[in-house]
Amino acid sequence: MRAFAWGMSSVASTVLTLVLFATYLGIGALAHDSHFSLGWVLGSTLLVWAGPAQIILISTLGSGATAVQAAIAVTVSAIRLFPMVVSVLPLMKTPRTKRRHLVLVTHFIAVTLWVECYRLLPKVPRERRIAFTHGLGCGLVSVCMVATTLGYGLAANLPPLFAAAILLLTPLAFLLSTARNCRQISDILALVLGIALFPLVSMLHTGVDILISGVTAGTIAYGAHWWRERARA
Amino acid sequence: MSEFFGSPHALLVLVLAGFLPNEVWRMAGLWFGAGVDEGSEVLVWVRAVATAILAGVIAQILVQPPGALAGVPDWLRYGAVAAGFAVFMLTRRSIFAGVVSGEIVLLAGKWWLG
Repeated sequence: MRAFAWGMSSVASTVLTLVLFATYLGIGALAHDSHFSLGWVLGSTLLVWAGPAQIILISTLGSGATAVQAAIAVTVSAIRLFPMVVSVLPLMKTPRTKRRHLVLVTHFIAVTLWVECYRLLPKVPRERRIAFTHGLGCGLVSVCMVATTLGYGLAANLPPLFAAAILLLTPLAFLLSTARNCRQISDILALVLGIALFPLVSMLHTGVDILISGVTAGTIAYGAHWWRERARA
Repeated sequence: MSEFFGSPHALLVLVLAGFLPNEVWRMAGLWFGAGVDEGSEVLVWVRAVATAILAGVIAQILVQPPGALAGVPDWLRYGAVAAGFAVFMLTRRSIFAGVVSGEIVLLAGKWWLG
């Protein structure tokens, strides 16, 4: 229980909380302008819990696309969650951890939690890490639920310039928090190559451009790491 | 309550097009990742791929901007992010300083353009 409270209070220790707050103000406002109900958008914050996916979902549905089209767009954007979950869960496991103990943690994993786990978990004793992450996740979701509600209520009074500024927050914060998170040469290369490759791959219009550019750039980055390790050995 | 949540159809769409597409990937990660050890070499590759896919999401928002961001000229979007990154590096990796600087460049540029 102490670890849960510790995790929850860690919400106040990161500037990413502010970024999330502003992003969810924007999501609340976007939902209002696209004629969704408050309950619907709060449900999306709680259940979807991924900023870009929610923006895609609301804007595609709001522009009159079918649910199937929206589902495809969201599914593609959510692929990144798979390697994030695979890479962060080993930080929390103990030999006695069962898979079901990790279900809620897994739901909370999105960019912010992924980045913050790498920063915060090394300071937490291993057997407390799941409780800590539950606290951190609950804290972040609560902040975002408040922001969603505020944004929804304020929507009519927000200037258009504010909307553009909020949409720029996501790439800016993703870029900087991932850059801070880089620990090995492979991470830095993956970030740089991933940004450089996407515009090229997107010219192919495959529908899974992000997957192609991501796996390619990530694998090249890993190759460089492997080659360097081997040269050193 | 029905006014608060809207139509059952809209909620069904939320679950099918919003919740499930995300949760499927997360739970797949839980399923396949359960046996991976913290120090294993596979994890270095998986993390590189996660980082590169995220980099793709960043690039996509900048190259194919959604909503109101599409009203900002290309050079200003790229310039704002470049300025944010430069300040981030100069301030010994302060995310706060970087994000604020990038936003200031965007707002100042938009204001200057009128």
